[in-house]
Amino acid sequence: MNILMEREHSIKKKTDNCELSINCEKESLAGSVSQRACVFCGARVVLNPITDALHLIHGPIGCASYTWDIRGSLSSGSEIYRTSYSTDMKEKDVIFGGETKLKKALNELIPKFKPAAVFVFSTCIVGIIGDDIEAICKQAEEKFNTYVIPVQSAGFGGNKSAGYRAACDAIFKLISKGVPFKEPDQKIPLSVNILGDFNLAAELWIVKDYLKRIGFNVVATVTGDGKTKDIQNVPLAELNLLQCSGSMGYLAKKLQQELNLPFLKISFFGQEDTINSLRNIAYFFKDERIINNTEKLIREEKEKYIPMIEQYKNGLEGKRVGIYVGGAFKAKSLIKAFKNLGMKVLFVGTQTGNKDDYDEISSLCDPGTIIADDTNPVELAKYLLEQEVDLLVGGVKERFLAHKLGIGFCDHNHERKIPLSGFPGDLEFTRELHSSLQSPIWSILKNERKKLYC
Amino acid sequence: MLDATPKKIANRKALRINPARTCQPIGALYASLGIHKCLPHSHGSQGCVSFHRMHLTRHFRDPILASTSSFTEGTSVFGGNANLEQAIKNIFHIYNPDIIAIHTTCLSETIGDDIPSILRNIKNVIPDGKYVMHANTPSYAGSHVTGFANMTTAFVKYFAEKGRTDFTNYINIIPGFMDPGDIREIKRILGLLKIPYNLFPDITNAVDSPMTGRFEFYPPGGTKIDTLKAAGSAAATICLGSFSSLPAGLELNTKCGVEPISLDMPIGIEATDRFVMKLLNLSGKKIPPSELIEERGRLVDLMTDTYFQYHGKRVAVFGDPDIVIPMTDFLLSLGMQPVYCLTGTPGDRFIREIKRKCEGTDIPGLQVESTGDLFLLHQWIKNEKVDLIIGNTYGKYISKAENIPLVRLGFPVLDRIAYPYFANTGYTGAMRLIEKISSALLDKQDTVSTDEDFELVM
Repeated sequence: MNILMEREHSIKKKTDNCELSINCEKESLAGSVSQRACVFCGARVVLNPITDALHLIHGPIGCASYTWDIRGSLSSGSEIYRTSYSTDMKEKDVIFGGETKLKKALNELIPKFKPAAVFVFSTCIVGIIGDDIEAICKQAEEKFNTYVIPVQSAGFGGNKSAGYRAACDAIFKLISKGVPFKEPDQKIPLSVNILGDFNLAAELWIVKDYLKRIGFNVVATVTGDGKTKDIQNVPLAELNLLQCSGSMGYLAKKLQQELNLPFLKISFFGQEDTINSLRNIAYFFKDERIINNTEKLIREEKEKYIPMIEQYKNGLEGKRVGIYVGGAFKAKSLIKAFKNLGMKVLFVGTQTGNKDDYDEISSLCDPGTIIADDTNPVELAKYLLEQEVDLLVGGVKERFLAHKLGIGFCDHNHERKIPLSGFPGDLEFTRELHSSLQSPIWSILKNERKKLYC
Repeated sequence: MLDATPKKIANRKALRINPARTCQPIGALYASLGIHKCLPHSHGSQGCVSFHRMHLTRHFRDPILASTSSFTEGTSVFGGNANLEQAIKNIFHIYNPDIIAIHTTCLSETIGDDIPSILRNIKNVIPDGKYVMHANTPSYAGSHVTGFANMTTAFVKYFAEKGRTDFTNYINIIPGFMDPGDIREIKRILGLLKIPYNLFPDITNAVDSPMTGRFEFYPPGGTKIDTLKAAGSAAATICLGSFSSLPAGLELNTKCGVEPISLDMPIGIEATDRFVMKLLNLSGKKIPPSELIEERGRLVDLMTDTYFQYHGKRVAVFGDPDIVIPMTDFLLSLGMQPVYCLTGTPGDRFIREIKRKCEGTDIPGLQVESTGDLFLLHQWIKNEKVDLIIGNTYGKYISKAENIPLVRLGFPVLDRIAYPYFANTGYTGAMRLIEKISSALLDKQDTVSTDEDFELVM
């Protein structure tokens, strides 16, 4: 099969001395088997972990069905976010407009479930027929005295990144309706918010636990294990910690502009990034007790986990890996984590990375690594084979492709059931790599290739 | 979990909570996967096809490939012509399928893209010997089952031809929205009966292709175009499931005069009996081969030996109408009580069929609903409990909240492995269902029993 001419500039091989200048942040080509999703999907996955909110999807049934509880974002309280609500638009609603139905749905919903907040998502159809969801949400908000926030997420307006921005706008709206927004100077001492961790498999709780042990006050988590009231308290914190910059960078910047609330990029994937992040946070506050506590925590975690991690490193060194993930921050952390384990990264791709991301990725990679934006299964298969990759890290759509190629797999997406953050995450990650690569299935597969019965 | 579900049932006019169906395009995509060397193409935003591929991948645990027109804001204003033309060029250039099966989405339907006229204008970009076809599958009407039916009907519209004399003794089989294991069993029965057939869409070896250590973009399975053409010259069409398969059978009748025969999917003893007898009848044979008679005998033996384990148990069954209807029938044959029968797919025919099956049986509090959702099913169960739930993975929330065992049946099964490989159809499938039902009830009994009630032999 062929690679399209138009795609040539989206796939580059890192060489010693040439600038990468990869083609990215473009729409997928028509006719491509893209691994990307839409605006609605981006907005939905970012807002979904707000646990005490009710997420109402205004559109035909599919958009609600496919996104019903698909993220393993854990909650410490309300479970209402895991129920699927939609207006289930029919032909009649498309012809005559869906506003009446949306109003009715809100009337049926809010008194019954008394949610802390409601997010109303628009979908492709709503974007086309032009239902005024802003006005309806405003009316409902006044009528029921609860927050009803419109999310402008018509699917055709771009890819997931546009959806992340729509979600950030909605979160900002929620924050701006809270009391602390008007008095942002009432800061809580030594306080932080965590932005861009979605508490998949309890990852956020590992990070939160670290911060608490060091002596920080965690005000709000956005959006993992998110609670409406906490999120409205975002302005009370002294610093925003930004993990997934792809989804939440926009909100962090907005909060910096509007509230003068600074942010710090962090990542808790892999030992190196975990340690660097913890130290950077401590240095930001320039508090001696905090700095000491941070070093103590790092020491304790190293003592506890490194011997356990070492057990699983055996057999990993020199193995060749490929990375294809949604956000670029994850790719960067993974490259470092693999290097730390003595493994070689031969392919790196993301769905939504920008130019700066790709430059940074390139600087982290060794010459010879293939770097690609928004790749399709044909390209992915081609480069994984050409680069003789032993293991791929990706999401659900890539898993079975890798398996068919006889390549091991590690899930780093919504599907993952083990936490990958902090030192415990690094242990889990190493253990998963170990079991993926050590499984007897790969030697059985080699026999398949040799044609056992011939 | 689901603590918010109130017991009191209020009339909802505008709100869908925990849906029991999804939209047309995924059904159309699924049907297209059952055609050999076909690339399903979604004419809409790129999100739709991403969701469908994710959902199907989670169910089948195999790569599911489909392309998209990648609508942008501009496309939505000016129409999808240019995107579709570009897409078709790119697809033949990169992925080189024999056929592209286009399905529409709510977006392209609402902006009014007329696919046939677009295709007429871009004939020159379709390489010789290759095909591009389409089905209209607006997401705001029907369900995934409707989408499956519409795409299957489109295969007939585009390909079926009259007048092939070498196919006049063939029987067409349209298996409907079922899993590859189910279809494989149906093909085995046809083989035992030595009946020549055209079966479409055939997703065996397409979504459960064997591991060879190599990635084939187009798996070995799927109905060949030639078979679709030949369907127009067959003796009759057996449509398994009136929702997913009958429309294509009727189209074959209109277009080519092939007699349509509507049967339930062969799930359970009686529906399988009807299927086998119809096949015998059509092929002029009197009795089935001994292998099939023995299989049936083993099923009846199992039913005789175990009826006391499940007799009289109250069951809630939900899912696609073509599965729920024969499953209700089977539950009645087992002496069980299908008290709540629900589908999300619209159609009063579902309610009529279930009520007809339950006629003459005394099921207290029988509730039947089409266009229902799992919130309603949960409310029914809260009001009057059941012993067992049968349905797809989404039933697990109710199962957990109410502590009622769930037997997984239908699409999708996202949380248990190997489901699509094994048949629920035929006599062997019926035996498997009995095993599952019985095990679910006994597992529950083992879990809740006190030490003195805990038994080794059950």
